[in-house]
Amino acid sequence: MNPVTVSYAPHIHNHASTSHIMRDVLIALSPALAGSVLIFGMRAAVVIFMCVASAVVFEWGYQKIMKKQETISDLSACVTGLLLAFNLPVDIPLWQAVFGSGVAIILVKQFFGGIGKNFANPALTARVVMLISFPTAMSTWAEVPNAVSSATPLELVQTGALQYMPSNLDLFLGLHGGSLGETSELALIIGGVYLIARRVITWHIPVSFIGTVYILTAILGEQPTVQLLAGGLFIGAIFMATDYPTSPQTNSGRLIFGLGCGLLTVIIRVWGNYPEGVSFAILFMNCIVPFINKLTMHHALGGKKA
Amino acid sequence: MSRYAILIKGIAKENPVFVLALGLCPALAVSSLVSNALGMGLATTLVLIGTNTVISILRNVIPDKVRIPCYIVLIAGLVSIVQMLVQAFVYPLYLALGIFLPLITVNCIVFARAELFAKKNKPFDSIIDAIGTGLGFTAALVAIATVREVLGHGSWFGIPIPGLAENSISLFSMAPGGFIAFGLIIAVISKISKGRAAKLKESGCASCPSCAACGKGGAE
Repeated sequence: MNPVTVSYAPHIHNHASTSHIMRDVLIALSPALAGSVLIFGMRAAVVIFMCVASAVVFEWGYQKIMKKQETISDLSACVTGLLLAFNLPVDIPLWQAVFGSGVAIILVKQFFGGIGKNFANPALTARVVMLISFPTAMSTWAEVPNAVSSATPLELVQTGALQYMPSNLDLFLGLHGGSLGETSELALIIGGVYLIARRVITWHIPVSFIGTVYILTAILGEQPTVQLLAGGLFIGAIFMATDYPTSPQTNSGRLIFGLGCGLLTVIIRVWGNYPEGVSFAILFMNCIVPFINKLTMHHALGGKKA
Repeated sequence: MSRYAILIKGIAKENPVFVLALGLCPALAVSSLVSNALGMGLATTLVLIGTNTVISILRNVIPDKVRIPCYIVLIAGLVSIVQMLVQAFVYPLYLALGIFLPLITVNCIVFARAELFAKKNKPFDSIIDAIGTGLGFTAALVAIATVREVLGHGSWFGIPIPGLAENSISLFSMAPGGFIAFGLIIAVISKISKGRAAKLKESGCASCPSCAACGKGGAE
């Protein structure tokens, strides 16, 4: 006779696990990876390798020293390292890239309790730390073959040197100065569509984030298409803002989150000192995610409103 | 308690910054350079010695109900003296410390030693306590400043360190770096001491370093 197992709901399980999700994210990032090596050359591959390898080593080392359960096999450190590398210029000194990985993994992720417990996006925080620490290295952009100027398009907008602005097609394909993974919107959109199709992320954050930036810059008299394609908006909206622990849990909350990110991005880009504001916007919104979650919490049918 | 024990506890077991977490405002604000940290620590030590002595001498004169205003007047007066001394003899330090020099008046460490020790001990013991606490504070400031100056400026006490000077991480010379360095040092200390603070709690309320201040039982 077969013993009957009585178990609690949920009874339907799709066997998703952290490593499956992270593997999907890595697959989604691979077009951008290929694009960055094609655009920036082999040095890009070296930077990416150093970031990923050091992120994994930091995670493994910390967990070994602190005698915690080892989680490097869930691939989350690989994703963090890869995303960090995508946020760096190609000529970044390698020790600085390793330092950034250390900040991301140890300071932002492990000190707060490891995967799922960080309140801010590790890769983005590391990028901002590096931007503050190494302002010169982090804003020195290499010449890109076929590109007219090594400055990022957003720097061109800020300084008013619009005669060097690449064409919209070049912007879309990524043939312009910028961080490794942010330039090619084509590759990022392919990855984003894959993630949404695999139901790893929902459309709410990317669409409301990018939509807000487009509409607001149009209202403010900027060139909305350039603002959309120029900076790190797509990599931020698709891969950074949708990070599970640092984004809201409800769909309505995600719409608010994307709206806030877009609003802050435009404010920083148009009126701020920095040419780019995506990372600051996402980090700021990361901090208020608990409030958004509380505001948009689902109530059980018949349950009391909080 | 022996006088040696009084001296040592201020430096290690009851280190004002790393164990009691007092005086964090100056500890984070003026610890970007070792020279400033040392100056701040010594100025605070000077104030502490003065206040502990005076308050200990006057401990039977000051009425208990108005002791806080009395302490404030005494401390503020002594801080003014130290401020003028620093302005007269170490003018660059006076400029570097800025507002944080007069703010020693409201430093919790000075208050804590008056309230916890000088109030109920003889003047000589109080001086030793002030020296111990002051040295503990100075040591903590110099420790934080060492991390911040070496990483943030690539130098130590103004002496450039070859290899680091060109590759400094300027975050550490800014405010967030102060918090990060402080947190890292506390983490290392509690790792080395195997979280002794937690063990103290298990051994009972009386062994808590803030026992006298909280007044809810304990040995006294």
